[in-house]
Amino acid sequence: MPDHIRLQSDVLVIGGGPAACWAALAAREAGCSVVLVDKGYVGTSGATAPSNTGTWFATTPEQRARLVAERAKQAEGLADVRQMGRVIDAATQHLNLLAERGYPFPRDDEGELYIANLRGPDYMRFLRTQLVRAGVTIRDHHPALELLVAGEVVAGAAGFARQLDRNWEARAGAVVIATGGCAFGSRILGATGLTGDGQLMAAELGASLSGMEFSNQYGIVPLHSSVNKGLPYFWASFYRTDGSAIDIPPGQRFPILARESLEGPIYARLDRATGALPDALRRGQPNCFLPFDRAGIDPFSDAFPIALRSEGTVRGTGGLRRADDDCSVGIPGLFAAGDALERQDIAGAATGGGGPNASWAIATGVWSGKGAAAFALRLGSRAHERTVRPAGQAGLRPAASTRTVDAAEAVALVREEMLPVDRNFFRSAPKLDGSLARLDAAWGAVRDHAQGSGATAFRLREAAALLASSRWAYRAALLRTETRGMHRRLDAAGSDPAQMRRISIAGVDQPSLGFDIQPAEAAAS
Amino acid sequence: MIEVLSETRCTSCNVCVKACPANVFDAVPGHVPVIARQEDCQTCFLCEIYCPVDALYVATDPEHVTGITESTVVEAGLFGSYARALGWRKGREGGADRDPTHQLRQASLTGARSTAP
Repeated sequence: MPDHIRLQSDVLVIGGGPAACWAALAAREAGCSVVLVDKGYVGTSGATAPSNTGTWFATTPEQRARLVAERAKQAEGLADVRQMGRVIDAATQHLNLLAERGYPFPRDDEGELYIANLRGPDYMRFLRTQLVRAGVTIRDHHPALELLVAGEVVAGAAGFARQLDRNWEARAGAVVIATGGCAFGSRILGATGLTGDGQLMAAELGASLSGMEFSNQYGIVPLHSSVNKGLPYFWASFYRTDGSAIDIPPGQRFPILARESLEGPIYARLDRATGALPDALRRGQPNCFLPFDRAGIDPFSDAFPIALRSEGTVRGTGGLRRADDDCSVGIPGLFAAGDALERQDIAGAATGGGGPNASWAIATGVWSGKGAAAFALRLGSRAHERTVRPAGQAGLRPAASTRTVDAAEAVALVREEMLPVDRNFFRSAPKLDGSLARLDAAWGAVRDHAQGSGATAFRLREAAALLASSRWAYRAALLRTETRGMHRRLDAAGSDPAQMRRISIAGVDQPSLGFDIQPAEAAAS
Repeated sequence: MIEVLSETRCTSCNVCVKACPANVFDAVPGHVPVIARQEDCQTCFLCEIYCPVDALYVATDPEHVTGITESTVVEAGLFGSYARALGWRKGREGGADRDPTHQLRQASLTGARSTAP
């Protein structure tokens, strides 16, 4: 293999979705040189690009207070109202900035600019253009495989340039992880690359995670499709094979459909959409109609088969735990943004899917970019003179003898253990124990024996990251012996006031975990 | 997954090679690109809209190859259909300013206050 590609900057951003782009822009605006490396292509990478997403913002104090109150109610005691306000304020400011810079927001019926929605492909392409204009160096198809450290301080990352078949090494004064959530191999829109890479890299250095038990949000898809967009189902009725309607009490859609899906095939029909709505749905949510149009289905008059697909932590709330308002994760020189971070602050035990997560990506992107810039500027030119060592372990540096480990087999196991409704939507101690035994065994094989270079290392590290997130998720799910939000324990159906605490977890090989001592909302000062 | 790359439509510009977030395509010198890692396709449909000549077709099943052929895609008028629905043309973005989603969100808010689950 030819020599390493060598990159150098004040700030290195890892990832290519909205959080990564906002981080890169903020660091650049703070006067830093910025390199952004992404596993895919900035513009199409991540869960936002193929989607159409709402935003979470407020133009008046009353609206802001109402948004915070609504979310706090759904969060079942695990949110942080101060952080909610910060996120809303930062997102509102930067959505307006998007409009000023020329993002083509539509106008509503009153002729006002409508910033409550972003069209994924257009938004991400717009952000790419902004990065290029700002002078950010973009390296597409450059997945990061591990962090580099100088002593105890993060000093860059190393990875593999897939299309150049060369390794790369990037030195930086500070690093932002914005690699997204973990979808556990689920085939939902934009999730192939969402394997929890950043969570693994940060945890290898001692960063802790939280909310990992809230990693089992599910979305409705037309059967045999990837399109997990929920808005059209607001106007859906749901049916069984015999044509009988499934009765869904308010707020109970997902538990009812999950239960019904275990009994037999389930169907939907968008028969509550009348008048101007079918046309607006078709024009406003074109990606939702791809499965229908390509199969010759009229979703307004035909009942079509549906399934529930896992959305992992992408729409769950688990991830790296922030140590500070600047999105540091407690390791000097390391910051994180977007879905790589836990989002209990804004969503608690419920999903942050849609507007809150989109605004979270903007806010934490900006904060992490500023935080990383401040750290790098304090280091100054000394940053690049440091001696560094690579910090990656499982999949790169085996703990025991090297032998062939099949990454695809490990990924298949993660999918089997993490995606089925009967295993992960409805949880119980025996099933969690069984899954953990199998996941731990697969982890042991990767940790002890896997070693690869180039494309093989890339696949092994994805497998290691998927296994790591799975093991954190199920350990946290086992510890939380109650039902709260999306975490549903068949063997502990009620919520337990004593467990109205967040769970933190640290360590990759032998994770240690426990409930936080302080309640989340009391901790919010 | 991506199933059809029309050799007659393709101009070998290799935009799909660059823009696919899952690195599914490989460029081939002197030839149209190939679908080299179909099983990695995340079925996001974005290669279709980045393609300037509507030469790509993504079937909606993300886990199984359906075997759909180019002639079927042509007969059904499906080449470029997602780009047209969005308002993208020749691989360039467009149409976001005409997105009527505000009508949907308004209607869903109104509905939420009445009866819908």
